[in-house]
Amino acid sequence: MTLTVPQQSPPTPQSLQPTGWLRYLSFSVDHKVIGLQYMVCGFAFYLIGGALAGAIRTELVSPISDFMPRDVYNQVLTLHGTVMIFLWIVPVVNGAFGNYLIPFYVGARDMAFPRLNAVAFWLIPPAGLLLISSYFITGAAQSGWTAYPPLSLTTPASGQIIWILSVLLLGGSSIFGGINFIATILKLRRPGLKLMQLPMYCWAMLGTSILVVLSTPVLAGTLIMLSFDIVAHTGFFNPGLGGNVVVYQHLFWFYSHPAVYIMVLPAFGLVSEILPIHCRKPLFGYTTMVYSIMAIVGLGLVVWAHHMFTSGTPPWMRLFFTIATAFIAVPTGIKFFNWLATLWGGKISLNSAVLFSCGFIVNFVLGGITGVALAQVPFDVHVHDTYFVVAHFHYIVYGGSVFVIFASIYHWYPKVTGRLMNEHLGRFHFLITFVGFNLCFAPQHWLGLNGMPRRVAEYDPQFQLINQFSSVGALLMAISTLPFLWNVIASASQGAIAGDNPWNALTPEWLTTSPPPVENWKGEAPLVANPYAYGTPEDEIDLRSVSGSDLWRNGQ
Amino acid sequence: MTSLTPQDQIKEQIEHHEEEHPDHRMFGLATFLVADAMTFAGFFAAYLTFKAVNPLMPGAVYELELPLPILNTILLLVSSATFHRAGVNLRKGLNERCRYWLLGTAGLALAFLVSQMVEYFTLPFGLADNLYASTFYALTGFHGLHVTLGALMILIVWWQCRTPSGRVSATNHFPLEAAELYWHFVDGIWVVLFVILYLI
Repeated sequence: MTLTVPQQSPPTPQSLQPTGWLRYLSFSVDHKVIGLQYMVCGFAFYLIGGALAGAIRTELVSPISDFMPRDVYNQVLTLHGTVMIFLWIVPVVNGAFGNYLIPFYVGARDMAFPRLNAVAFWLIPPAGLLLISSYFITGAAQSGWTAYPPLSLTTPASGQIIWILSVLLLGGSSIFGGINFIATILKLRRPGLKLMQLPMYCWAMLGTSILVVLSTPVLAGTLIMLSFDIVAHTGFFNPGLGGNVVVYQHLFWFYSHPAVYIMVLPAFGLVSEILPIHCRKPLFGYTTMVYSIMAIVGLGLVVWAHHMFTSGTPPWMRLFFTIATAFIAVPTGIKFFNWLATLWGGKISLNSAVLFSCGFIVNFVLGGITGVALAQVPFDVHVHDTYFVVAHFHYIVYGGSVFVIFASIYHWYPKVTGRLMNEHLGRFHFLITFVGFNLCFAPQHWLGLNGMPRRVAEYDPQFQLINQFSSVGALLMAISTLPFLWNVIASASQGAIAGDNPWNALTPEWLTTSPPPVENWKGEAPLVANPYAYGTPEDEIDLRSVSGSDLWRNGQ
Repeated sequence: MTSLTPQDQIKEQIEHHEEEHPDHRMFGLATFLVADAMTFAGFFAAYLTFKAVNPLMPGAVYELELPLPILNTILLLVSSATFHRAGVNLRKGLNERCRYWLLGTAGLALAFLVSQMVEYFTLPFGLADNLYASTFYALTGFHGLHVTLGALMILIVWWQCRTPSGRVSATNHFPLEAAELYWHFVDGIWVVLFVILYLI
């Protein structure tokens, strides 16, 4: 195969980068286009996953199985988990914001491997459609997003196989993305830009990508073995044929525990970008932030068996994984207090982005506390597979990651469109999201402590009232999407003109036009050696200055 | 900021397009191979755990012979050396010699695959017979898939460097080097696999 390169010059702009809205449906290699493709595609799947969550909460309004048949409930549950994790949070916090921001942050014109980048994105829509369509073709998988054997071997095979195919495609997309981020951050930095001068999101993405590259392939291998068990009737994980189900759990959680950090570390990075700008203060404890991210990466790879304390894990293993898990609270706590210290004494403008970031901090510390509690074997054995775990998990991934996604959309919307979002609608959106979220998931702690098992369509009637509270919360969360959607769509044409740098930010993506030109910079990329040099009097900052480094030096 | 006219945009795109881009493809490939190695690590971990924890079911047969795998190991190790010779010759601009070495490497790869097939057909157990057998076939099969892909790459490179001005040449030897790195990786995995499956 040979690549034909047109001999005549100059090339037309269309041959380099397509323009107009159609480029968002094309195999574009522009990192900003790909970032938005991830974002919009991810949000579409968020709406689907949200509708599935709505179906679950509707079913759970009453203790009997009356809204949908039990096997449909299992399918809805499996699809909800898979869609939200693999098609919404992972692609959006990594793919969407990573692709849009990382090239700016390292001072590059694009990602290291633009075509690989486009391939990574275009694996996602087919995988998602495959997953959703399995419900209509043969019935979707019914064994939850964990697909534990022997359950996944006894539920209908066709749905499970389509689920595996879809997750393999998404895993491939994730690995390609991870390779690209590692190469971009380590190799594509603008000359003169040192690692310890990078904005925190770069470090978060570097850590996340290391986790992706090291752990996702293990899941792929495991799922291939599982598919052999289903299709070729081998016995890897089938106890009836001499296999071992616990090995599946080990391999699965070797990916899926790091997957939690793959979902939440980028969110840490994004919050670390948003807070200093809106507090007009430097990010507190930059170096400790970097080291705690790397500590979370290292520890995150050796804590997986805390998901398996009731799987006949031997005592030494319980001891090791309890201690290792408790240790993760240390770097996480460092980050938490660093954010508080960044807020402390800052000139905080309490806009939607900051509200969602603060909501994240509150929710995340609650989810973190229940996480440390769950790491303790005696407690975990009591609440394992109950709604307590569901509540903990959603405090981390919804209260954590999704809140940050919303904060980031409010923060970077002016960069992408050149227009501001409506603040009143944004605050209203925050209010009902925060109330709805806590109303939905806080009561589930109580349900779990009192023994309501998760993943079952029916429950003891004594839990009905609390479940109804939870469902009302879910309804509020569904409603909260409407002002947000309206805000995003209407602001694109009617929002106030933002100018290039509405937040007076110093991070590199704001030192170009909004929306940015193709290939990001007119002329050289600025050298931003200190992206968090806030706190200088505003009139001393010359925002028309071309170079970011001049910008902060003048400010001193 | 002043907005750009389309003409400016065209001009800028062309200017930037002419910029030299540093080549990070080898780095990307190496990162991918780390990921690939983790897939194997998962299989190895599963195999070793099965061996340690799950006794073979009564009546199950799982016996391996050494001669063929030893031959396979030699084939792959020699092929790594021949591939290296091909690369050395290409960088010197000796395309013809490079192609001979590449053809030799591809021949060794095919010999490995044939020998692997012979082993498969002479083994006293099948894919779904028992746990160890399944893991054995999964591991060697996954490795064999890598060898097959590697052999295809070698043949593609062999085809592409048929003239000194071809796509793969002394000035553009990335495709050959990428295939070579991949091939060394596949050989390295085989050595680990050989130790774990046949010797332990």
